[in-house]
Amino acid sequence: MKFIRKTTLSSEIPTASMPDIIFMLLIFFMVTTVLREFSGLPIEIPKAKRIEKLKSRRHTSHIWVSKEGLISIEDRLFNMENIRNIIYDKRVADPQIVISLKADESARMELVSGIHNELRKADALKLNYSTKTSLD
Amino acid sequence: MGKIKRRFKGGEIPTSSMADIAFLLLIFFLVTTTIDIDKGLGLVLPAEGETIEIKKKNILNCLINSSGMVLLGGEPVKLKDVSRIVKEKLRENNKLIISVKTHEKTHYKDYVAIIDQLKIANATRISIADTD
Repeated sequence: MKFIRKTTLSSEIPTASMPDIIFMLLIFFMVTTVLREFSGLPIEIPKAKRIEKLKSRRHTSHIWVSKEGLISIEDRLFNMENIRNIIYDKRVADPQIVISLKADESARMELVSGIHNELRKADALKLNYSTKTSLD
Repeated sequence: MGKIKRRFKGGEIPTSSMADIAFLLLIFFLVTTTIDIDKGLGLVLPAEGETIEIKKKNILNCLINSSGMVLLGGEPVKLKDVSRIVKEKLRENNKLIISVKTHEKTHYKDYVAIIDQLKIANATRISIADTD
């Protein structure tokens, strides 16, 4: 005895909702895309093993220190004495601010130590030494 | 003269190529998206004017000179041994505070390497002294 299948199954993927799905993906990527605001200074950041991720980009402010001793915040060069003013303003605007120090691996410690003191005076105490893993 | 009749067929936007256009845009944003999360070694600086007296036996001095050589508790050690030694010392005394002091000409790389080593040893009390 032969079984006869009464219902015919269509073996096609429904394409009617395809644009909707793709638009959704598109909107996701559009929203998550962050165009880089500041380019910073040309530096080579040091490597480290025990690294942690910074929680939020919004509450992060970068200080760039090149090996020549230039200090840049938001693409403007600063002297050591002026750091405290700009960081203090940022600290007042956003109390949760984390300072990410992007310093060149052959930068001198006198600069880094000076920045430490300036940050303490500006009361911006959360600091992060920007590093990379040995893999990337 | 007869009138020319134009039959209105209804103005519809062709939707068949919609998926292709959306795909193209999607691929553009996929390619241009850079998900770079900032990562590094976290540290909390002490507030200005905050000085605490610490017993001498609870301090472990870690000095780094301008050529990247390390002096840990008065003895010269290799960089990669720092985490092991610190871990041992922390086991003996869990109130230990590691005081890192650098020369002003020390490279930032060497300093970060020491902080990394201390983090590997799970040292939470790290003090950073001013440079000489």
